[in-house]
Amino acid sequence: MLARYVIPALLILIVPLLPFLAPWLKVVLIIALAKGIAVLGVTTLLRAGQVSFGHALFFAIAAYASAFLARSAVGGEFFVMLLLGTFAAGLSGLLVGLFVVRYRGIFFGMLNLAFSMIFWSILEKFYYLTGGADGIHVRRPTVLGISLARAEFETFLFYFAFLLALLLGWVALRFLNSPIGHLFQTVKTNETRLQYLGISPRRTLLVGYVFSAGLCGVGGVLLATVQGIVTPDYAWWIRSGEMVFIAVLGGAGSVAGAFVGALAYELVRTYAAAFAADIWQMVLGAFLLVIILFAPGGMIGIYDTLMRRLFRNGGSARDRDAESEAAYRPAVEGKKP
Amino acid sequence: MTAYLMEARGLEIRFGGVVAAQNVTLEVKEGQNLAIIGPNGAGKTTFLNICTGWLKPSAGSVYFRGKEITRLSPRQICRLGVARAFQIPQLFTEHTALENMLIAASAREGHWAPFTALSRIPEREEMMHLLEMVHCGDVADRPVVELSEGQRKLIDIAVALALKPRLLLMDEPTSGVASSQKHEVMEILVRALAAAGVTSVFVEHDMSIVERYADEVAVWAAGVVQLRGGPAEVLEHPDVIRDVIGETV
Repeated sequence: MLARYVIPALLILIVPLLPFLAPWLKVVLIIALAKGIAVLGVTTLLRAGQVSFGHALFFAIAAYASAFLARSAVGGEFFVMLLLGTFAAGLSGLLVGLFVVRYRGIFFGMLNLAFSMIFWSILEKFYYLTGGADGIHVRRPTVLGISLARAEFETFLFYFAFLLALLLGWVALRFLNSPIGHLFQTVKTNETRLQYLGISPRRTLLVGYVFSAGLCGVGGVLLATVQGIVTPDYAWWIRSGEMVFIAVLGGAGSVAGAFVGALAYELVRTYAAAFAADIWQMVLGAFLLVIILFAPGGMIGIYDTLMRRLFRNGGSARDRDAESEAAYRPAVEGKKP
Repeated sequence: MTAYLMEARGLEIRFGGVVAAQNVTLEVKEGQNLAIIGPNGAGKTTFLNICTGWLKPSAGSVYFRGKEITRLSPRQICRLGVARAFQIPQLFTEHTALENMLIAASAREGHWAPFTALSRIPEREEMMHLLEMVHCGDVADRPVVELSEGQRKLIDIAVALALKPRLLLMDEPTSGVASSQKHEVMEILVRALAAAGVTSVFVEHDMSIVERYADEVAVWAAGVVQLRGGPAEVLEHPDVIRDVIGETV
Protein backbone atom coordinates (compact mmCIF):
# COMPACT_ATOMS: atom_id res chain seq x y z
CA MET A 1 0.00 0.00 0.00
CA LEU A 2 3.02 2.19 0.52
CA ALA A 3 3.43 2.62 -3.25
CA ARG A 4 0.02 4.27 -3.34
CA TYR A 5 1.52 7.17 -1.40
CA VAL A 6 5.12 6.95 -2.60
CA ILE A 7 4.24 7.52 -6.27
CA PRO A 8 2.31 10.76 -5.63
CA ALA A 9 5.05 11.89 -3.25
CA LEU A 10 7.68 11.33 -5.95
CA LEU A 11 5.55 13.17 -8.51
CA ILE A 12 5.20 16.08 -6.09
CA LEU A 13 8.97 16.14 -5.64
CA ILE A 14 9.57 16.11 -9.40
CA VAL A 15 7.41 19.18 -10.07
CA PRO A 16 9.83 21.71 -8.48
CA LEU A 17 12.64 20.26 -10.59
CA LEU A 18 10.80 20.71 -13.88
CA PRO A 19 11.89 24.34 -14.49
CA PHE A 20 15.52 23.13 -14.39
CA LEU A 21 14.83 20.34 -16.86
CA ALA A 22 12.68 22.45 -19.17
CA PRO A 23 12.87 26.18 -18.37
CA TRP A 24 10.19 27.00 -20.93
CA LEU A 25 7.76 24.98 -18.83
CA LYS A 26 7.94 27.43 -15.93
CA VAL A 27 5.16 29.75 -17.09
CA VAL A 28 3.01 26.85 -18.27
CA LEU A 29 3.33 25.31 -14.82
CA ILE A 30 2.48 28.57 -13.04
CA ILE A 31 -0.65 28.83 -15.17
CA ALA A 32 -1.47 25.17 -14.44
CA LEU A 33 -1.02 25.72 -10.70
CA ALA A 34 -3.10 28.92 -10.76
CA LYS A 35 -5.88 27.13 -12.60
CA GLY A 36 -5.48 24.08 -10.36
CA ILE A 37 -6.11 26.21 -7.27
CA ALA A 38 -9.18 27.76 -8.91
CA VAL A 39 -10.41 24.31 -9.99
CA LEU A 40 -9.99 23.20 -6.39
CA GLY A 41 -12.77 25.69 -5.63
CA VAL A 42 -15.04 24.17 -8.27
CA THR A 43 -14.19 20.65 -7.19
CA THR A 44 -15.02 21.50 -3.55
CA LEU A 45 -18.50 22.49 -4.66
CA LEU A 46 -18.80 19.24 -6.60
CA ARG A 47 -18.46 17.43 -3.27
CA ALA A 48 -21.77 19.02 -2.29
CA GLY A 49 -23.20 17.86 -5.62
CA GLN A 50 -23.35 21.35 -7.10
CA VAL A 51 -21.79 22.35 -10.43
CA SER A 52 -21.07 26.03 -10.92
CA PHE A 53 -20.80 27.29 -14.49
CA GLY A 54 -19.85 30.74 -13.31
CA HIS A 55 -16.93 30.48 -10.92
CA ALA A 56 -14.79 32.50 -13.31
CA LEU A 57 -16.63 35.40 -11.68
CA PHE A 58 -14.51 35.08 -8.52
CA PHE A 59 -11.42 34.39 -10.57
CA ALA A 60 -11.99 37.68 -12.42
CA ILE A 61 -13.00 39.71 -9.36
CA ALA A 62 -9.76 38.76 -7.60
CA ALA A 63 -7.69 39.39 -10.72
CA TYR A 64 -9.24 42.83 -11.29
CA ALA A 65 -9.01 43.74 -7.59
CA SER A 66 -5.28 43.00 -7.64
CA ALA A 67 -4.89 44.84 -10.95
CA PHE A 68 -6.63 47.93 -9.54
CA LEU A 69 -4.39 47.79 -6.50
CA ALA A 70 -1.27 47.51 -8.64
CA ARG A 71 -2.47 50.50 -10.69
CA SER A 72 -3.30 52.61 -7.62
CA ALA A 73 -1.03 54.89 -5.65
CA VAL A 74 -0.46 52.05 -3.16
CA GLY A 75 1.33 50.15 -5.89
CA GLY A 76 1.71 46.47 -6.52
CA GLU A 77 3.03 44.41 -3.65
CA PHE A 78 2.47 40.77 -4.50
CA PHE A 79 1.32 39.55 -1.09
CA VAL A 80 -1.02 42.49 -0.59
CA MET A 81 -2.46 41.87 -4.07
CA LEU A 82 -2.96 38.21 -3.20
CA LEU A 83 -4.67 39.00 0.09
CA LEU A 84 -6.86 41.72 -1.38
CA GLY A 85 -7.83 39.60 -4.39
CA THR A 86 -8.70 36.60 -2.23
CA PHE A 87 -10.67 38.78 0.17
CA ALA A 88 -12.58 40.39 -2.71
CA ALA A 89 -13.37 36.96 -4.16
CA GLY A 90 -14.46 35.62 -0.75
CA LEU A 91 -16.64 38.67 -0.06
CA SER A 92 -18.28 38.51 -3.47
CA GLY A 93 -18.68 34.76 -2.91
CA LEU A 94 -20.60 35.56 0.25
CA LEU A 95 -22.85 38.10 -1.49
CA VAL A 96 -23.55 35.95 -4.56
CA GLY A 97 -23.72 32.84 -2.38
CA LEU A 98 -26.49 34.28 -0.20
CA PHE A 99 -28.64 34.20 -3.32
CA VAL A 100 -27.49 31.10 -5.23
CA VAL A 101 -27.43 28.65 -2.28
CA ARG A 102 -31.21 28.78 -2.36
CA TYR A 103 -31.10 26.79 -5.59
CA ARG A 104 -29.82 23.37 -6.62
CA GLY A 105 -28.79 21.52 -9.74
CA ILE A 106 -29.25 23.23 -13.08
CA PHE A 107 -30.64 26.41 -11.47
CA PHE A 108 -27.59 26.70 -9.25
CA GLY A 109 -25.29 26.20 -12.24
CA MET A 110 -27.09 28.65 -14.51
CA LEU A 111 -27.48 31.36 -11.84
CA ASN A 112 -23.75 31.27 -11.28
CA LEU A 113 -23.28 31.58 -15.03
CA ALA A 114 -25.66 34.56 -15.09
CA PHE A 115 -23.72 36.39 -12.35
CA SER A 116 -20.41 35.81 -14.12
CA MET A 117 -21.80 37.06 -17.41
CA ILE A 118 -23.22 40.18 -15.75
CA PHE A 119 -19.77 40.89 -14.35
CA TRP A 120 -18.23 40.18 -17.76
CA SER A 121 -20.49 42.76 -19.39
CA ILE A 122 -19.62 45.30 -16.66
CA LEU A 123 -15.93 44.73 -17.40
CA GLU A 124 -16.60 45.16 -21.13
CA LYS A 125 -18.82 48.24 -20.92
CA PHE A 126 -17.26 50.34 -18.15
CA TYR A 127 -14.34 51.07 -20.37
CA TYR A 128 -13.05 54.12 -18.47
CA LEU A 129 -12.68 52.01 -15.33
CA THR A 130 -11.84 48.56 -16.60
CA GLY A 131 -10.19 49.21 -19.93
CA GLY A 132 -13.01 47.33 -21.68
CA ALA A 133 -11.96 44.43 -23.88
CA ASP A 134 -8.34 45.63 -23.72
CA GLY A 135 -8.29 44.98 -19.99
CA ILE A 136 -5.77 46.37 -17.53
CA HIS A 137 -2.04 45.94 -17.68
CA VAL A 138 -0.74 44.47 -14.41
CA ARG A 139 2.74 45.71 -13.68
CA ARG A 140 5.08 43.17 -12.22
CA PRO A 141 4.57 43.52 -8.47
CA THR A 142 7.27 43.81 -5.87
CA VAL A 143 7.81 40.90 -3.51
CA LEU A 144 8.12 42.13 0.08
CA GLY A 145 9.26 45.44 -1.34
CA ILE A 146 11.89 43.92 -3.63
CA SER A 147 11.64 44.49 -7.37
CA LEU A 148 12.51 41.35 -9.29
CA ALA A 149 13.48 40.95 -12.94
CA ARG A 150 11.05 38.99 -15.06
CA ALA A 151 12.91 35.65 -14.92
CA GLU A 152 13.48 35.94 -11.17
CA PHE A 153 9.86 36.91 -10.58
CA GLU A 154 8.64 33.93 -12.59
CA THR A 155 10.91 31.61 -10.62
CA PHE A 156 9.59 33.07 -7.36
CA LEU A 157 6.02 32.82 -8.60
CA PHE A 158 6.47 29.21 -9.66
CA TYR A 159 7.79 28.03 -6.32
CA PHE A 160 5.35 30.15 -4.38
CA ALA A 161 2.43 28.83 -6.44
CA PHE A 162 3.71 25.30 -5.96
CA LEU A 163 3.89 25.66 -2.17
CA LEU A 164 0.57 27.47 -2.09
CA ALA A 165 -1.04 24.66 -4.12
CA LEU A 166 0.28 22.11 -1.63
CA LEU A 167 -0.91 24.19 1.31
CA LEU A 168 -4.36 24.86 -0.13
CA GLY A 169 -4.74 21.22 -1.20
CA TRP A 170 -4.01 20.23 2.40
CA VAL A 171 -6.40 22.87 3.74
CA ALA A 172 -9.14 21.64 1.37
CA LEU A 173 -8.60 18.05 2.49
CA ARG A 174 -8.73 19.05 6.16
CA PHE A 175 -11.86 21.10 5.54
CA LEU A 176 -13.59 18.25 3.69
CA ASN A 177 -12.62 15.79 6.41
CA SER A 178 -13.83 18.04 9.25
CA PRO A 179 -17.35 17.90 10.70
CA ILE A 180 -18.37 21.07 8.84
CA GLY A 181 -16.83 19.66 5.64
CA HIS A 182 -18.82 16.45 6.02
CA LEU A 183 -22.00 18.40 6.70
CA PHE A 184 -21.25 20.40 3.55
CA GLN A 185 -20.91 17.18 1.53
CA THR A 186 -24.20 15.80 2.83
CA VAL A 187 -25.98 18.55 0.90
CA LYS A 188 -25.39 16.20 -2.03
CA THR A 189 -26.89 13.10 -0.46
CA ASN A 190 -29.66 14.08 1.93
CA GLU A 191 -30.79 17.61 2.69
CA THR A 192 -33.89 16.30 4.44
CA ARG A 193 -31.86 14.51 7.09
CA LEU A 194 -29.59 17.54 7.37
CA GLN A 195 -32.60 19.69 8.30
CA TYR A 196 -33.74 17.05 10.78
CA LEU A 197 -30.33 17.27 12.41
CA GLY A 198 -31.05 20.92 13.07
CA ILE A 199 -28.69 22.13 10.34
CA SER A 200 -29.47 24.63 7.60
CA PRO A 201 -28.39 23.17 4.23
CA ARG A 202 -28.23 26.68 2.80
CA ARG A 203 -25.85 27.98 5.44
CA THR A 204 -23.73 24.86 5.17
CA LEU A 205 -23.54 25.24 1.40
CA LEU A 206 -22.73 28.92 1.83
CA VAL A 207 -19.66 28.10 3.94
CA GLY A 208 -18.32 25.84 1.19
CA TYR A 209 -19.30 28.36 -1.49
CA VAL A 210 -17.32 31.18 0.13
CA PHE A 211 -14.36 28.80 0.55
CA SER A 212 -14.55 27.83 -3.12
CA ALA A 213 -14.84 31.47 -4.21
CA GLY A 214 -11.74 32.32 -2.18
CA LEU A 215 -9.79 29.53 -3.87
CA CYS A 216 -10.85 30.80 -7.29
CA GLY A 217 -9.66 34.23 -6.17
CA VAL A 218 -6.18 32.94 -5.33
CA GLY A 219 -5.99 31.36 -8.79
CA GLY A 220 -7.13 34.61 -10.41
CA VAL A 221 -4.44 36.73 -8.73
CA LEU A 222 -1.72 34.24 -9.65
CA LEU A 223 -2.79 34.17 -13.28
CA ALA A 224 -3.09 37.96 -13.45
CA THR A 225 0.44 38.45 -12.12
CA VAL A 226 2.03 35.83 -14.38
CA GLN A 227 0.23 37.06 -17.51
CA GLY A 228 0.68 40.74 -16.66
CA ILE A 229 -2.76 41.60 -17.90
CA VAL A 230 -6.38 41.12 -16.89
CA THR A 231 -9.16 41.14 -19.47
CA PRO A 232 -12.92 40.47 -19.36
CA ASP A 233 -12.07 36.99 -20.66
CA TYR A 234 -11.27 36.14 -17.05
CA ALA A 235 -15.02 36.23 -16.34
CA TRP A 236 -16.12 34.78 -19.69
CA TRP A 237 -18.25 31.64 -19.55
CA ILE A 238 -15.59 29.62 -21.36
CA ARG A 239 -13.26 30.19 -18.41
CA SER A 240 -15.91 28.77 -16.04
CA GLY A 241 -16.49 25.86 -18.40
CA GLU A 242 -12.75 25.27 -18.50
CA MET A 243 -12.71 24.94 -14.69
CA VAL A 244 -15.51 22.35 -14.75
CA PHE A 245 -13.75 20.61 -17.66
CA ILE A 246 -10.51 20.34 -15.68
CA ALA A 247 -12.35 19.19 -12.55
CA VAL A 248 -14.00 16.34 -14.49
CA LEU A 249 -10.75 15.53 -16.30
CA GLY A 250 -8.79 15.25 -13.06
CA GLY A 251 -11.55 13.44 -11.18
CA ALA A 252 -14.77 15.19 -10.20
CA GLY A 253 -14.58 16.02 -6.52
CA SER A 254 -10.96 14.98 -6.11
CA VAL A 255 -8.56 17.46 -4.51
CA ALA A 256 -5.47 15.94 -6.14
CA GLY A 257 -7.46 15.63 -9.37
CA ALA A 258 -7.84 19.42 -9.56
CA PHE A 259 -4.06 19.82 -9.91
CA VAL A 260 -3.44 16.71 -12.00
CA GLY A 261 -6.25 17.77 -14.32
CA ALA A 262 -4.94 21.34 -14.57
CA LEU A 263 -1.44 20.12 -15.35
CA ALA A 264 -2.65 17.66 -18.00
CA TYR A 265 -4.98 20.28 -19.47
CA GLU A 266 -2.29 22.95 -19.78
CA LEU A 267 0.26 20.52 -21.23
CA VAL A 268 -2.18 19.05 -23.75
CA ARG A 269 -3.35 22.54 -24.61
CA THR A 270 0.20 23.84 -25.08
CA TYR A 271 1.31 20.89 -27.20
CA ALA A 272 -1.94 20.65 -29.12
CA ALA A 273 -1.82 24.39 -29.83
CA ALA A 274 1.78 24.03 -31.06
CA PHE A 275 1.36 20.92 -33.17
CA ALA A 276 -2.30 21.03 -34.09
CA ALA A 277 -3.10 24.73 -33.94
CA ASP A 278 -6.38 24.48 -35.80
CA ILE A 279 -7.82 21.54 -33.97
CA TRP A 280 -6.51 21.83 -30.40
CA GLN A 281 -9.98 22.27 -28.92
CA MET A 282 -11.02 19.11 -30.73
CA VAL A 283 -8.06 17.25 -29.22
CA LEU A 284 -9.10 18.40 -25.74
CA GLY A 285 -12.74 17.56 -26.42
CA ALA A 286 -11.80 14.03 -27.54
CA PHE A 287 -9.59 13.71 -24.45
CA LEU A 288 -12.52 14.57 -22.15
CA LEU A 289 -14.91 12.32 -24.08
CA VAL A 290 -12.60 9.36 -23.58
CA ILE A 291 -12.30 10.16 -19.87
CA ILE A 292 -16.07 10.44 -19.37
CA LEU A 293 -16.80 7.27 -21.34
CA PHE A 294 -14.07 5.04 -20.02
CA ALA A 295 -12.89 6.56 -16.75
CA PRO A 296 -15.67 8.58 -15.09
CA GLY A 297 -13.48 8.92 -12.00
CA GLY A 298 -11.08 11.04 -14.09
CA MET A 299 -7.31 10.74 -14.06
CA ILE A 300 -7.28 10.17 -10.30
CA GLY A 301 -9.89 7.47 -10.78
CA ILE A 302 -7.60 5.74 -13.31
CA TYR A 303 -4.73 5.94 -10.83
CA ASP A 304 -6.89 4.53 -8.00
CA THR A 305 -8.10 1.64 -10.17
CA LEU A 306 -4.54 0.90 -11.20
CA MET A 307 -3.36 0.88 -7.60
CA ARG A 308 -6.25 -1.31 -6.49
CA ARG A 309 -5.38 -3.84 -9.18
CA LEU A 310 -1.71 -3.78 -8.30
CA PHE A 311 -2.28 -4.04 -4.57
CA ARG A 312 -5.51 -5.95 -4.42
CA ASN A 313 -5.19 -6.92 -0.77
CA GLY A 314 -4.09 -3.55 0.49
CA GLY A 315 -6.08 -0.82 2.10
CA SER A 316 -8.18 -0.75 5.23
CA ALA A 317 -10.99 1.21 6.69
CA ARG A 318 -8.33 3.23 8.44
CA ASP A 319 -6.72 4.26 5.13
CA ARG A 320 -10.13 5.32 3.97
CA ASP A 321 -10.76 7.30 7.08
CA ALA A 322 -7.38 8.94 7.06
CA GLU A 323 -7.66 10.31 3.58
CA SER A 324 -10.73 12.28 2.72
CA GLU A 325 -10.02 11.73 -0.96
CA ALA A 326 -10.68 8.04 -0.72
CA ALA A 327 -13.75 8.61 1.41
CA TYR A 328 -15.34 10.33 -1.54
CA ARG A 329 -17.16 8.36 -4.17
CA PRO A 330 -17.67 10.18 -7.47
CA ALA A 331 -21.14 11.35 -8.38
CA VAL A 332 -21.47 8.69 -11.05
CA GLU A 333 -21.28 5.92 -8.48
CA GLY A 334 -23.72 4.74 -5.77
CA LYS A 335 -26.70 7.01 -5.54
CA LYS A 336 -29.48 6.32 -3.06
CA PRO A 337 -30.54 2.67 -2.90
CA MET B 1 -48.12 25.99 30.91
CA THR B 2 -49.28 22.64 29.66
CA ALA B 3 -48.45 19.36 31.39
CA TYR B 4 -47.93 17.57 28.08
CA LEU B 5 -44.65 17.14 26.23
CA MET B 6 -46.30 17.80 22.90
CA GLU B 7 -49.77 19.00 22.20
CA ALA B 8 -51.62 19.51 18.91
CA ARG B 9 -54.75 21.67 19.08
CA GLY B 10 -57.36 21.92 16.32
CA LEU B 11 -54.99 21.07 13.47
CA GLU B 12 -56.35 21.37 9.97
CA ILE B 13 -54.69 20.78 6.63
CA ARG B 14 -56.03 19.93 3.17
CA PHE B 15 -54.37 18.80 -0.05
CA GLY B 16 -56.80 19.95 -2.71
CA GLY B 17 -60.06 18.23 -1.84
CA VAL B 18 -58.45 15.70 0.49
CA VAL B 19 -58.70 16.42 4.19
CA ALA B 20 -55.48 15.16 5.77
CA ALA B 21 -56.20 16.64 9.19
CA GLN B 22 -59.39 18.15 10.52
CA ASN B 23 -59.69 19.64 13.96
CA VAL B 24 -57.05 17.23 15.27
CA THR B 25 -56.26 17.46 18.96
CA LEU B 26 -53.69 15.07 20.36
CA GLU B 27 -51.47 15.16 23.42
CA VAL B 28 -48.26 13.27 24.08
CA LYS B 29 -47.33 12.63 27.69
CA GLU B 30 -43.74 12.60 28.87
CA GLY B 31 -42.25 9.10 28.87
CA GLN B 32 -44.97 7.33 26.90
CA ASN B 33 -44.85 5.36 23.65
CA LEU B 34 -47.87 6.54 21.70
CA ALA B 35 -48.86 4.58 18.60
CA ILE B 36 -50.85 6.10 15.76
CA ILE B 37 -52.77 3.63 13.64
CA GLY B 38 -55.18 4.02 10.76
CA PRO B 39 -55.76 3.08 7.13
CA ASN B 40 -53.46 4.34 4.36
CA GLY B 41 -54.08 7.98 3.50
CA ALA B 42 -55.65 8.72 6.88
CA GLY B 43 -53.18 11.56 7.53
CA LYS B 44 -50.82 9.91 10.02
CA THR B 45 -47.59 10.90 8.25
CA THR B 46 -49.05 14.35 7.58
CA PHE B 47 -49.49 14.73 11.32
CA LEU B 48 -45.79 13.91 11.86
CA ASN B 49 -44.89 16.34 9.07
CA ILE B 50 -46.85 19.11 10.80
CA CYS B 51 -45.38 18.34 14.22
CA THR B 52 -41.85 18.54 12.81
CA GLY B 53 -42.42 21.72 10.80
CA TRP B 54 -42.26 20.15 7.36
CA LEU B 55 -45.86 21.15 6.67
CA LYS B 56 -47.70 24.17 8.01
CA PRO B 57 -51.34 23.64 8.98
CA SER B 58 -54.04 25.99 7.71
CA ALA B 59 -55.46 26.13 11.23
CA GLY B 60 -54.54 24.97 14.69
CA SER B 61 -51.34 24.94 16.71
CA VAL B 62 -48.65 22.58 17.92
CA TYR B 63 -46.94 23.06 21.27
CA PHE B 64 -43.78 21.42 22.53
CA ARG B 65 -43.07 21.78 26.23
CA GLY B 66 -45.56 24.62 26.31
CA LYS B 67 -43.91 26.57 23.48
CA GLU B 68 -45.76 27.04 20.21
CA ILE B 69 -43.81 25.49 17.34
CA THR B 70 -46.42 25.56 14.56
CA ARG B 71 -44.57 28.01 12.32
CA LEU B 72 -41.03 26.92 13.14
CA SER B 73 -38.82 25.17 10.56
CA PRO B 74 -37.83 21.49 10.92
CA ARG B 75 -34.35 22.46 12.04
CA GLN B 76 -35.64 24.89 14.67
CA ILE B 77 -38.00 22.23 16.02
CA CYS B 78 -35.18 19.69 15.97
CA ARG B 79 -33.04 22.07 18.03
CA LEU B 80 -35.81 22.18 20.66
CA GLY B 81 -35.54 18.41 21.13
CA VAL B 82 -37.89 16.79 18.63
CA ALA B 83 -36.18 14.19 16.43
CA ARG B 84 -37.61 12.15 13.62
CA ALA B 85 -37.05 8.74 12.07
CA PHE B 86 -38.50 8.06 8.67
CA GLN B 87 -40.47 5.37 6.89
CA ILE B 88 -37.73 5.33 4.25
CA PRO B 89 -34.47 5.78 6.22
CA GLN B 90 -32.96 9.21 5.61
CA LEU B 91 -29.23 8.64 5.86
CA PHE B 92 -26.12 9.98 4.18
CA THR B 93 -25.62 7.13 1.77
CA GLU B 94 -22.04 7.95 0.83
CA HIS B 95 -20.97 7.81 4.47
CA THR B 96 -20.52 4.85 6.78
CA ALA B 97 -22.91 4.06 9.61
CA LEU B 98 -20.49 5.52 12.16
CA GLU B 99 -19.88 8.63 10.06
CA ASN B 100 -23.65 9.19 9.93
CA MET B 101 -23.66 9.06 13.72
CA LEU B 102 -20.63 11.35 14.03
CA ILE B 103 -22.22 13.88 11.68
CA ALA B 104 -25.33 13.86 13.88
CA ALA B 105 -23.17 14.32 16.99
CA SER B 106 -21.31 17.20 15.32
CA ALA B 107 -24.63 18.83 14.47
CA ARG B 108 -25.76 18.43 18.07
CA GLU B 109 -22.57 19.74 19.61
CA GLY B 110 -21.86 22.40 16.98
CA HIS B 111 -18.39 21.24 15.99
CA TRP B 112 -17.54 23.91 13.44
CA ALA B 113 -13.73 23.92 13.71
CA PRO B 114 -12.55 23.27 10.14
CA PHE B 115 -9.35 21.47 11.12
CA THR B 116 -10.66 18.72 13.41
CA ALA B 117 -11.21 15.37 11.70
CA LEU B 118 -14.76 14.06 11.98
CA SER B 119 -13.41 10.69 13.09
CA ARG B 120 -11.69 12.33 16.07
CA ILE B 121 -14.53 14.22 17.69
CA PRO B 122 -14.96 13.50 21.42
CA GLU B 123 -18.40 11.90 20.92
CA ARG B 124 -17.00 8.98 18.91
CA GLU B 125 -17.31 6.48 21.75
CA GLU B 126 -20.78 7.64 22.67
CA MET B 127 -21.88 7.20 19.04
CA MET B 128 -20.27 3.79 18.83
CA HIS B 129 -22.16 2.82 21.99
CA LEU B 130 -25.43 3.99 20.46
CA LEU B 131 -24.75 1.94 17.33
CA GLU B 132 -24.06 -1.08 19.50
CA MET B 133 -27.26 -0.43 21.41
CA VAL B 134 -29.23 -0.80 18.15
CA HIS B 135 -27.14 -3.88 17.29
CA CYS B 136 -25.29 -2.19 14.43
CA GLY B 137 -21.83 -1.92 16.00
CA ASP B 138 -20.44 -4.57 13.66
CA VAL B 139 -21.38 -2.59 10.54
CA ALA B 140 -20.13 0.76 11.87
CA ASP B 141 -17.44 1.08 9.20
CA ARG B 142 -19.59 0.04 6.27
CA PRO B 143 -21.24 2.58 3.94
CA VAL B 144 -24.95 2.58 4.70
CA VAL B 145 -25.74 1.98 1.05
CA GLU B 146 -24.43 -1.57 1.51
CA LEU B 147 -26.62 -2.35 4.54
CA SER B 148 -29.98 -4.10 4.74
CA GLU B 149 -33.21 -2.14 5.08
CA GLY B 150 -33.58 -3.33 8.67
CA GLN B 151 -30.11 -2.12 9.60
CA ARG B 152 -30.70 1.18 7.89
CA LYS B 153 -33.95 1.60 9.82
CA LEU B 154 -32.12 1.06 13.09
CA ILE B 155 -29.30 3.42 12.11
CA ASP B 156 -31.86 6.04 11.08
CA ILE B 157 -33.33 5.81 14.57
CA ALA B 158 -29.86 5.79 16.15
CA VAL B 159 -29.04 8.99 14.22
CA ALA B 160 -32.19 10.57 15.64
CA LEU B 161 -31.25 9.37 19.15
CA ALA B 162 -27.75 10.80 18.68
CA LEU B 163 -29.37 14.22 18.90
CA LYS B 164 -30.44 13.42 22.49
CA PRO B 165 -34.04 14.39 21.79
CA ARG B 166 -36.86 14.63 24.32
CA LEU B 167 -39.34 13.30 21.78
CA LEU B 168 -38.83 10.94 18.85
CA LEU B 169 -41.41 10.71 16.08
CA MET B 170 -41.11 7.49 14.06
CA ASP B 171 -42.90 6.69 10.86
CA GLU B 172 -43.46 2.93 10.56
CA PRO B 173 -40.28 1.88 12.36
CA THR B 174 -40.67 -1.75 11.29
CA SER B 175 -41.77 -1.31 7.67
CA GLY B 176 -39.34 -2.90 5.24
CA VAL B 177 -38.08 -5.20 7.97
CA ALA B 178 -38.65 -8.95 7.49
CA SER B 179 -41.73 -9.99 9.47
CA SER B 180 -39.66 -12.50 11.41
CA GLN B 181 -37.40 -9.67 12.62
CA LYS B 182 -39.99 -6.99 13.34
CA HIS B 183 -40.38 -7.82 17.00
CA GLU B 184 -36.63 -8.14 17.45
CA VAL B 185 -36.10 -4.70 15.86
CA MET B 186 -38.84 -3.19 17.98
CA GLU B 187 -37.46 -4.79 21.12
CA ILE B 188 -34.05 -3.23 20.43
CA LEU B 189 -35.70 0.06 19.73
CA VAL B 190 -37.89 0.27 22.79
CA ARG B 191 -34.94 -0.68 24.96
CA ALA B 192 -32.80 2.04 23.35
CA LEU B 193 -35.58 4.60 23.85
CA ALA B 194 -36.00 3.64 27.48
CA ALA B 195 -32.24 3.79 28.07
CA ALA B 196 -32.12 7.28 26.57
CA GLY B 197 -35.28 8.38 28.39
CA VAL B 198 -36.97 9.41 25.16
CA THR B 199 -40.71 9.75 24.66
CA SER B 200 -41.91 8.35 21.35
CA VAL B 201 -44.77 8.60 18.92
CA PHE B 202 -44.82 5.98 16.20
CA VAL B 203 -47.03 5.31 13.23
CA GLU B 204 -47.51 1.58 12.75
CA HIS B 205 -49.53 -0.85 10.64
CA ASP B 206 -48.55 -4.04 12.43
CA MET B 207 -51.09 -4.45 15.21
CA SER B 208 -49.05 -7.06 17.08
CA ILE B 209 -46.31 -4.42 17.42
CA VAL B 210 -48.80 -1.82 18.58
CA GLU B 211 -50.35 -4.20 21.08
CA ARG B 212 -47.01 -5.12 22.57
CA TYR B 213 -45.02 -1.89 22.54
CA ALA B 214 -47.48 1.02 22.76
CA ASP B 215 -48.70 2.50 26.06
CA GLU B 216 -51.45 4.32 24.29
CA VAL B 217 -53.02 4.15 20.81
CA ALA B 218 -54.62 6.89 18.72
CA VAL B 219 -56.78 5.73 15.81
CA TRP B 220 -56.72 7.97 12.81
CA ALA B 221 -59.24 7.95 9.95
CA ALA B 222 -60.09 10.55 7.31
CA GLY B 223 -57.91 13.16 8.95
CA VAL B 224 -59.59 12.84 12.34
CA VAL B 225 -58.54 11.14 15.58
CA GLN B 226 -61.43 8.70 15.96
CA LEU B 227 -60.46 6.93 19.13
CA ARG B 228 -57.84 6.96 21.88
CA GLY B 229 -56.98 4.66 24.70
CA GLY B 230 -54.92 1.73 25.90
CA PRO B 231 -53.91 -0.88 23.29
CA ALA B 232 -56.22 -3.58 24.64
CA GLU B 233 -59.21 -1.28 24.73
CA VAL B 234 -58.62 0.30 21.29
CA LEU B 235 -57.63 -2.79 19.35
CA GLU B 236 -60.76 -4.61 20.43
CA HIS B 237 -63.09 -1.78 19.52
CA PRO B 238 -65.49 -2.99 16.79
CA ASP B 239 -64.89 0.10 14.59
CA VAL B 240 -61.14 -0.40 14.73
CA ILE B 241 -61.48 -4.08 13.92
CA ARG B 242 -63.70 -3.24 10.96
CA ASP B 243 -61.92 -0.16 9.54
CA VAL B 244 -58.25 -0.57 10.49
CA ILE B 245 -57.45 -4.16 11.33
CA GLY B 246 -59.91 -5.98 9.14
CA GLU B 247 -59.78 -8.99 11.44
CA THR B 248 -59.54 -9.82 15.13
CA VAL B 249 -56.05 -9.59 16.62
